[in-house]
Amino acid sequence: MEALTLLAWMFDGLLGLGLLWLAWRALTCPDLFRAIVLFIAFGLLMALAWVRLDAPDVALAEAAIGAGLTGALLMAALAKLHPTETNDNLSVQAEISRPKGRLLQWLPVVALLLVSAGLGYVVLSLPPYVTGLSAEVAANLKTSGVDNPVTAVLLNFRGYDTLLEMVVLLLALLGVWSLGGTELHRDTAPGIVLDTLARVLVPLLILVAAYLLWVGGHAPGGAFQAGAVLGAAGVLLLLAGWRPRVGLMAWPLRLMLVAGPGAFVIIAALLYMIEGQLLEFPTAQAGILILVLETAATVSIGLTLAALFLGGRPRNDKGLT
Amino acid sequence: MMLVDVLCAVLLIAGAVFFLAGTLGLLRFPDVYTRLHALTKADNVGLGLMMAGLALQAGSWAVVGKLLLIWLLVLLAGASVAHLVASGALKRGIRLWKR
Amino acid sequence: MSASFLYALVGIGLFSLSLYGLIVHAHLLRKILALNVMGSSIFLVLVALAKRTNEAPPDAVPHAMVITGIVVAVSATALALTLMLKLTAETGRAELPDDQRESH
Repeated sequence: MEALTLLAWMFDGLLGLGLLWLAWRALTCPDLFRAIVLFIAFGLLMALAWVRLDAPDVALAEAAIGAGLTGALLMAALAKLHPTETNDNLSVQAEISRPKGRLLQWLPVVALLLVSAGLGYVVLSLPPYVTGLSAEVAANLKTSGVDNPVTAVLLNFRGYDTLLEMVVLLLALLGVWSLGGTELHRDTAPGIVLDTLARVLVPLLILVAAYLLWVGGHAPGGAFQAGAVLGAAGVLLLLAGWRPRVGLMAWPLRLMLVAGPGAFVIIAALLYMIEGQLLEFPTAQAGILILVLETAATVSIGLTLAALFLGGRPRNDKGLT
Repeated sequence: MMLVDVLCAVLLIAGAVFFLAGTLGLLRFPDVYTRLHALTKADNVGLGLMMAGLALQAGSWAVVGKLLLIWLLVLLAGASVAHLVASGALKRGIRLWKR
Repeated sequence: MSASFLYALVGIGLFSLSLYGLIVHAHLLRKILALNVMGSSIFLVLVALAKRTNEAPPDAVPHAMVITGIVVAVSATALALTLMLKLTAETGRAELPDDQRESH
């Protein structure tokens, strides 16, 4: 038993060191392209850390959204920022500015060392074993309508947070569209490999998203992970050069984007009128309500993430935005 | 320990050795194309061996099917992405390493 | 010290590193990268501290908060990147104007 604990400690220590080293290299690399690639690798090591900390739902969300979609967004922004450099040699040097003067250089380092020492002391003086809210969650799990405690917390016990989170996603997309958006252009037609990959993978990704949505009720999974997989399918389609028909871009697109927060608001209003409490699920219908909310949320999240990646405003039939 | 456990451990360690070889290739090979070659081939075999080892410990045939699907998807994605990276590098004029 | 405290300390180290990166770098894309690493570090501290339950399943409420946080972080990143691209289109450089530089 001692050897197993020693191995686990070595693994955790190496993982922690790897996280720190990757983050430092990603933040101090003069080449922006390499910095983004290192950031994606950092996100994947984070997913490993979540698995070590018994958080598989968070690991799924981090691998899909934190590493994958954020990396894709950063790469797309870099390509739009320096179009010629990224087309020519993929190395975008942006110099790292050094503040002038010895005092200004060392002041942030000293201040941050003090801050991290203080935070470390606070964290280490926390009690080593505490149950937190896990007892309450486990006690009320049967009345929540699902078996997965994280889904129960997300969609039932703290459903209000999820409602606001869907609105935040929508607001980000509205912000990007209001700023006029910067469209992702494609210079050449995609080769046969990318085309075939998109054709094979996108139906499979839709299937995986539906599976994650369904299994989130009793195993790690759920609406956000499924929505992220749908968003990845959308990103793959956009990278392969597909653009939706103009007719789809007006009302159908906007309706599906609003479906997630809209379903939440409508169900919250109905429950307020029936039960007198915002988002108080009746025990018998809780499972069905959670499934409906998760389905609407998955569609919205996937479309919003793909639209954020595309960056451009949808045009209507007259060619105006 | 049972024979199944020993076999599983052997397969996992063999897979890890292949991953180590692929990473060594990534670090030591001279240009993009040879590095891609080392990465995709060694990592695919390493992942396959690890999936085989995990399949021995799986509880049901459904889990074995899922592990096989994961391996096939990684194969597909790895090969396609290697092709895309190599063709992108060719387009940008990165030349093949000749001794 | 158990594994959860190790990861919490790693999270604090990452937070300090990324806060230093946010303060020192002038290029906006680097600042956005630093913000993302800061977010991940805070999530690491939250989930590490949620694992302090002794032999029981970890506390699910911080996990739900972290999933919410990851989605909010990606939306904020998307909006910040669009703002950076618009700023670069207007001023020609991907950095906020500095008082010292304007006077030269």
